[in-house]
Amino acid sequence: MPHAASPNSIIIQLNALAGGLFLLCTFGMVATRQVQGCMRFFILQSVFLASSAFLLGLQPLSWHLIAVAMINLINKPILIPWLFRKTVPEEVYTRREITQVMNIPSSLLIALGLTIGAYYLASPLLKFGAGLPALANLPIGLATLLLGAYTLTVRREAVPQLLGLLSMENGAFFASIAIAPELHLFVELVVAFDVLIAVFVIGVLTRAIHKEIGTTEVGSLSVLKEEPSR
Amino acid sequence: MIARIGFNFVQVVVVMVFAPLLAGTVSRLKEMVQSKRGPSIFQPYRDIWKLFHKDQVISEESSWIFRFTPYLVFVTPIFVTLLIPVLTSYPLFFAFMGDMLGGGFVLALGGFFATLAAVDTGNPYGPMGASRTRLVGFLAEPVFMIVFFTVSFVAGSTIPYIVQQRWVNPIANFFEPTHVLIMLAFFMLILAEGGRIPVDNPSGHFELAMIDESKGLEYSGPAAALMKWGGQMKFLVLICIFLNVLVTPWGLARSITIHDLALAIPLVLAKVFVFALALVAVECSLAKLRLFRISEFLGAAFIISVAAMITWVFAV
Repeated sequence: MPHAASPNSIIIQLNALAGGLFLLCTFGMVATRQVQGCMRFFILQSVFLASSAFLLGLQPLSWHLIAVAMINLINKPILIPWLFRKTVPEEVYTRREITQVMNIPSSLLIALGLTIGAYYLASPLLKFGAGLPALANLPIGLATLLLGAYTLTVRREAVPQLLGLLSMENGAFFASIAIAPELHLFVELVVAFDVLIAVFVIGVLTRAIHKEIGTTEVGSLSVLKEEPSR
Repeated sequence: MIARIGFNFVQVVVVMVFAPLLAGTVSRLKEMVQSKRGPSIFQPYRDIWKLFHKDQVISEESSWIFRFTPYLVFVTPIFVTLLIPVLTSYPLFFAFMGDMLGGGFVLALGGFFATLAAVDTGNPYGPMGASRTRLVGFLAEPVFMIVFFTVSFVAGSTIPYIVQQRWVNPIANFFEPTHVLIMLAFFMLILAEGGRIPVDNPSGHFELAMIDESKGLEYSGPAAALMKWGGQMKFLVLICIFLNVLVTPWGLARSITIHDLALAIPLVLAKVFVFALALVAVECSLAKLRLFRISEFLGAAFIISVAAMITWVFAV
């Protein structure tokens, strides 16, 4: 249980708050029906990721983490949506309702179970790092990783699936700034560009699929050829 | 002792007097956002006054429940007012008569009788509204419970006067993720319980789309006035719980003097006004949900409250 006593408790609480809102955005990505809304939750999620990295970089002052926060702030909320706009056709965005394999309330309940599982898995590890400001990050990052994988599984549209993948990446990042804060900056840059290239490739692929068959519903693309007898 | 009893009754009077004003202010603000003029903010007072001077018609087929319900709907928010901090930050005379859960049960009793009375007369719209209210109610119930249990778990008490000190003492506690998530979940709960826009349209007059309003359609005259006034008081009481216990315990009277109490009234009203602004912003920017989407809205509230709980329980 948190007991606020140390002088940097405000930073710990703010970091935990960023973590809580980060998790909330992940839930939002599971629950929302619209491609636009999914994208907005992803942007918010990335902003909270960056703010958490920034806050953790403040306490024992580490320019490294602040630089990571800056890279994330430029890369995810600005560059990735821009790239999406450029590559994915407009129609995909304007679709109001995107289909899911599960209905949304049961989807949310499964997401809740995954989160509790993530906390349960992470809790023995947390005992070793008691008192560190980055404590909240590990279970939340793990939960986001699982929820991203879940989104990837149940969504039937290409763009929300990719957003699920990116949310997995965000979760891994969120946990990693707690576990390995001194990762080389070069690696972070490589990861940032990697994500951009993934978005670009999938965006172009989505565009091609959409041009060929007029839909991006990956869930219904289960047969290689169209049935000849029709 | 006498002062504490007296202050307790001042709280009740404040809730009774200002509840219609809140309803009038919110509807006026909404009309202003929609670039209409709208009725005066004192219109609810005039409505209540007018209804008290009208004749009452009661169906011969109805039972005692129908006659009894308006009084219960009117009295239950008053009982809850005795338990919660409306104006003071120290417990008053009746404060230990019941905790937050008790207050929730008392409010639920009024709602229960209102739904029974709606079924009682056999008016076709009444049971429809009643069953829909139960739909919203039973989806809101788990959220209520998780929120209250988490709050009392964090504060180590279920008495609202003790809980309210927990969040601001020290101030870092205000930014706890648990606190912020609980505020969000409870705000969504107020929208659902108060029949506000993403769940129900309070100004709609189309019977087939009504949820909350259609329960009171059969009442006329003084009984209708009591139902209306009781509903407004319930809403103000919920907002007081939200503002004074969960969000900002600032601006309440700290000492047992008339002076402090008199100062607390405008401060609390100012807080409620700020809340009304937020409410109007939400109501004017969202559309009413379809009936079967309500489960998603309250499901989201449930997820938020459980997330608040687990971020607390698993934090080392």
